[in-house]
Amino acid sequence: MKPFALFKKDYHSELRTRYAINSLAMFIIVALSVILFSIGNEKVPQNLTGGLLWVVIFFSAMSGLSRAFVSEEDRGTTLLLQLIAKPSTIFNGKLLFNLILVFLMNIVITLLYSALFEEFIIRNIILFLSTFFLANIGLAVASTIIAAIISKAGAKGTLYPVLSFPILLPLILISVMLTSYSMLGTSFDQALVEIMVLVCYDIIMLTASYMLFDFIWKD
Amino acid sequence: MNNYHLAAEQITKKFGRRLIFSDLNFQFQKNGIYGITGINGSGKSTLIKIIAGIISPSSGKVIHQFKNEIIDSTNLHNNIGFVAPYLIMYEEFSAWENLKHISKIRGIKFNTELFNSLMDDFLLLDRKDDLIKTYSSGMKQRFKFIFALMHTPKILLLDEPTSNLDDAGKESVYKIIKREGQDKIVIIASNEKSDLDLCNTKLELQDFKL
Amino acid sequence: MVWKIFLFLLLAFVSVAGISFPIVENPQTWYQFPLIPGLEENAKIIFFHVPTAWLTVIGFLISTIYSIKYLRKKNLDDDTKSYVAAQLGLIFCILATVTGAVWAKFAWGSYWSWDPRQTSIFALMLIYGAWFALRSSIESEEKKAALSAVYSILAFVTVPFFVFIMPRIMDGLHPGSADDKFTPSGGPVVNFKMNSNMLLIFFLSLIAFTILFYWMWNIGYRSLLIKEKLNKKIIRG
Repeated sequence: MKPFALFKKDYHSELRTRYAINSLAMFIIVALSVILFSIGNEKVPQNLTGGLLWVVIFFSAMSGLSRAFVSEEDRGTTLLLQLIAKPSTIFNGKLLFNLILVFLMNIVITLLYSALFEEFIIRNIILFLSTFFLANIGLAVASTIIAAIISKAGAKGTLYPVLSFPILLPLILISVMLTSYSMLGTSFDQALVEIMVLVCYDIIMLTASYMLFDFIWKD
Repeated sequence: MNNYHLAAEQITKKFGRRLIFSDLNFQFQKNGIYGITGINGSGKSTLIKIIAGIISPSSGKVIHQFKNEIIDSTNLHNNIGFVAPYLIMYEEFSAWENLKHISKIRGIKFNTELFNSLMDDFLLLDRKDDLIKTYSSGMKQRFKFIFALMHTPKILLLDEPTSNLDDAGKESVYKIIKREGQDKIVIIASNEKSDLDLCNTKLELQDFKL
Repeated sequence: MVWKIFLFLLLAFVSVAGISFPIVENPQTWYQFPLIPGLEENAKIIFFHVPTAWLTVIGFLISTIYSIKYLRKKNLDDDTKSYVAAQLGLIFCILATVTGAVWAKFAWGSYWSWDPRQTSIFALMLIYGAWFALRSSIESEEKKAALSAVYSILAFVTVPFFVFIMPRIMDGLHPGSADDKFTPSGGPVVNFKMNSNMLLIFFLSLIAFTILFYWMWNIGYRSLLIKEKLNKKIIRG
């Protein structure tokens, strides 16, 4: 309940300030149009579109997801949060916010993407949806904990993708792989090992984040 | 009757390799207003943050007890009220929204009557629906007292409580501090003479010691 | 002092032996190395390249261990040790990448071909780079220590994923990778094709480089700690 209250606070604050949503929406449009312009009239090989989708997702995530913690630090309200909730509440609330943001963002990206790229055809929907679901969770967890780290560091904007990339690289690589599988129509059973790796990634990241968040949060 | 017991055992704080203070020991048991003074940089704010559990000491520990039961550090936040100039409220919300959200996050019910009476005490009742960013700095400072008292804390920690306040504001704050001092422990960290006049007991931080 | 001389002799022997011992098809005497198909003379890099890659990982491991130690005890000395280990790790990481790339030019025809191991070491280099970028952006020593410790643990838990994922995505060119065409059964070169004296020199080289790492690490963090103390004395007057 308490994390949900924190989420509601962030949600109201977001409605009022439009801190993340506006720039995120614009970023998605810009990123997609850059790709479209650079392709021009060329035919894109099928497996490349799967990879490009994750490029757009990664950079959009980098542009919007750090706000969860950076906005508090920028406004100086971190102390207030420390005074009203324990660290696990804070992390859960921020994670909830980022989870919903990631899902919204990625649904929009994927829909726009499949509308804009004719070559992007998913043949195994279930495999793609499970990849999408698990990758979104992993993306939200990793980006939340790294957002917490950079909110306490100096050079906030530039550092975020730098720190996130090595941590997210396994997730991105395996998602690209699974996306190309689902475009080829590979059966779910054949891709089960990769799906399990994704599940492991989510679990390990979540556990590590819970264990480490206290050290970041408390000065 | 007072049930609160605050004790510090051998607290040492270093920032990096720089020593702020070492081996502080004290006990607050009786209700009343306690003052902590000391020159700038002597570690007043640091000490009060350590008592509030916002930063942890390099060694030693602070023990909060209520009715002889130790308050766990993860639940401490709902037992203390904290005011400081460097505390910032959400500027994009009104006073009412701020405290409503905060109560929810704390997991307690929002008490509208208490809210109204506190807003009245601090001369802010007519501004309760205005956004905090429209407040003057003195109003923001008074609003922090309402924030600190809304969850009926068992101990009050005030770091420079009257900074940015005009005379009328100071009076309203002193009145409340005196009232709260009757039935709980209030700790003030300040160098302001009029603040310290309120205190029954004064402690001075000097040369890394109390 | 004795062990420094020992280390000098060991490294000297390993270097001389590694470079000058001839590779022949049927080794007769103790100083001859066997011919490994597909590697030939290029095989000699194993005495220098593999230890640097090994130390890259060791540096990361030590850095993470001392990060955990710091988070438990909040002793800044542990942070210094972690920092120096990572510094050395980065140096060896660059050495491993460069020696590997030069070798690849002769063995595979190009400096870089996104082989799984090349990609892995590249990912490690990214982690090291991000770690130092994070450290340099933080002013306060304690924050720097705590946040970089958290990050190195976070990065450490992702490493097993690379080990698993990389070979699935890319075909391996690297000797010892699962689809190495010269060993149908796969597995590291060490197990299959080196004879005993080659193995001996390989392991001597690993040991020598590890001792060298330990020595450099020791000097590194001790000098930093002394520097801290001196700074403090000057501040205190």
